[in-house]
Amino acid sequence: MATLLISPTLIVLGLVIVYPVLAAVYSSMFTVPGVDPRTGFVEGGEPFVGLDNFASIFTGAGGRFWNAFWNTSFLTVTSVLLETVIGLAMALIMHQAMRGRAWVRASILVPWAIPTAISALLWRWIFDSEGIANTMLGTKVLWTTEGFQSQAAVIIAEVWKTAPFVGLLVLAGLQIISQEVYEAARVDGAGPVRRFWNITLPLVKPALLVAVLFRLLDALRMFDLPYILIGAGKESVETLSMLAQDEASNVRFGPASAYSVLLFLYVFLIAFTFIKLLGADLLGGRDEPGGKKGGRKSPRRQAGGGRSRQKEATA
Amino acid sequence: MSAIPRRLLPSTAVLAALTLVSGCGLGAKKVESGADATERGPITYAAGKDVSGVVPKLIKRWNETHPDEKATFIELPEDANAQRQQMIQNAQLKSDTFTVLSLDAVWTAEFAANRWIDEIPRKSFPYDKTLDPINGTVRYRGKYFAMPYASDGALLYYRKDLLDKAGIDEPPETWSEMQEVCRKVLKGQSKMSCYAGQFEKYEGLTVNFSEAVHSAGGRITDDKGNPTVNTPEAKRGLDSLVEGFRDGTMSKEAITYMEEPGRRAFEKGKTLFIRQWPSMYGVSSNKGKNNEVAGKFGVAPIPGQDGPGVSSLGGHNLALSSSARNKATALDFMRYMTSKQNSRRNLNDGSLAPVYTDLYDDPEMRRKFPWLPVLKKSILHAEPRPRVVQYGDATTAIQDAAYAALTGKKSSSEALRSLQKKLRALTP
Repeated sequence: MATLLISPTLIVLGLVIVYPVLAAVYSSMFTVPGVDPRTGFVEGGEPFVGLDNFASIFTGAGGRFWNAFWNTSFLTVTSVLLETVIGLAMALIMHQAMRGRAWVRASILVPWAIPTAISALLWRWIFDSEGIANTMLGTKVLWTTEGFQSQAAVIIAEVWKTAPFVGLLVLAGLQIISQEVYEAARVDGAGPVRRFWNITLPLVKPALLVAVLFRLLDALRMFDLPYILIGAGKESVETLSMLAQDEASNVRFGPASAYSVLLFLYVFLIAFTFIKLLGADLLGGRDEPGGKKGGRKSPRRQAGGGRSRQKEATA
Repeated sequence: MSAIPRRLLPSTAVLAALTLVSGCGLGAKKVESGADATERGPITYAAGKDVSGVVPKLIKRWNETHPDEKATFIELPEDANAQRQQMIQNAQLKSDTFTVLSLDAVWTAEFAANRWIDEIPRKSFPYDKTLDPINGTVRYRGKYFAMPYASDGALLYYRKDLLDKAGIDEPPETWSEMQEVCRKVLKGQSKMSCYAGQFEKYEGLTVNFSEAVHSAGGRITDDKGNPTVNTPEAKRGLDSLVEGFRDGTMSKEAITYMEEPGRRAFEKGKTLFIRQWPSMYGVSSNKGKNNEVAGKFGVAPIPGQDGPGVSSLGGHNLALSSSARNKATALDFMRYMTSKQNSRRNLNDGSLAPVYTDLYDDPEMRRKFPWLPVLKKSILHAEPRPRVVQYGDATTAIQDAAYAALTGKKSSSEALRSLQKKLRALTP
């Protein structure tokens, strides 16, 4: 009976998730047909090559893959790190009871509401050789050329756009912290810094971790921002998604699928490790009463998380 | 993509046999070849965004005279890559949605080799009346796969007012003459640079690199399609650009120029010469707040190393999708769209550069479009970009090499050596 009831969900999931993944794995085992030197026509059929497309990343042709791999990792780590810090700061500001709070909240969230492609175009103008960025800094940096400056441009634009997302999730976390905890701390004589480190941060951690996880997964498949802001085919900012798109647009669906599958595995691995290491906070942290347990070491936390999950299940 | 059509392909004998079988009602779609088409009926015309607005008028006129063989215009995105992707999708699905395709001049080899387009009967198209270098863009392995529709070639735009002031009557013909002119005109000021082109890492860089190599007497590929970029001539061409960036002939920010940023720089008086397409003539002739060059510039053929330079060719050709229906109508439609009469209309109404030799000498058109005689010279000296089946990979390789050399990441000989290796790997 239970199987029957969830079967529509399973079918939909199978159609939109399992099938595309398997289809990508299948097509990653083929390569492009060559041109017959005699007739000049492309030979029919796509030759089966097994795992050659995956193996090729370890040979000479893999240079472009590894470059894209490190770019993806570097852009992800740096931008998510900055987003977390700035997003947290934004959330704290949005949380303050002050005049014009609604206005502040709205203005902080505007970047998040702009489609990435549009914001990439905006930043492209800003980073033009005669754009606002150079005028304000008094520099003559050619931001969109190869080199570290283009990576910096991507990171700045990415952080500008997605820090509000982190801010929004953290704000939700902040709003469920009871004021009584703060009052008690104030009575005990804790200053604002102490209150932040010992109350706010531990209590908002579950929400913060969810935000970071979402951002990690999202940033790992970054495509539109570097593609539009810096341009296709620039080594400094070519990500794995851009590499796969380039292969696909050159009608090489085998290698394109292989890169996509590798990206999928990479994202999966990161998500898995993240949840394994910090899973207690993600799955059960919110159930824990009070904030005093924030300092517990992770193995015990995980056990606690497991228990509270059971509680949820039986409840 | 089903496997059956692919198995049809190896030989025409099998094709004929299976077409017979399918004719007996086994379900496979019967598709004629472009050579002996007889089927007539409604067709479609797939082309990129019609910026000049000439296509609907042409199609309306066709539909008025062909009520049973109406053509529908399918407008694809403005971005060339997006157009190509949709056309490839249509071909891989063996769909008959697109009948006549408007192909960018560099796609012919790829589409022909993949049999996405049909060879067209050479005798029924007026190839003898169109400019010969343009005909080069529709051939693949000596066979004709498309009919030229509109062309495009490079022009050197120059500030006539400043040259006149310095007492120079004739625009420069060679690269070194141009630098000489710059030394005279730009003496003692640093606001204006000498030359600009399209050097951002995109298709425009392939165009500009090819022009530099061809203008120095080099070739990208030889007649058989084998790469020949690791030569002293090619190096000389690339070096002229590399040194131009080093000695300030081009400003540092010229490395970020595409057509539009370059045009804005020219209109703001930031460069004395610029390599551009004819379409800029009309735009830059309009007086505007940020345009200080209206009425003050002239055009000339682009400069070469020892004489006039060799332009790359742009433009579009009409081809027949191999999986389409009603190919007899389609061929008539292609003849109609590319006719001299309509080429003249397109020039007059949309400033589309014509493909017919006569139109370049038409006095009325010459009065209206002063760049026509210069463009004719430019196209007569032109050399198409490399005709490679995997054009997408070839242009990426060229952009990588040229960009690395221009930004000083690699020496020009090193860049050309690795480019030769990459292009070699792309030749069958």
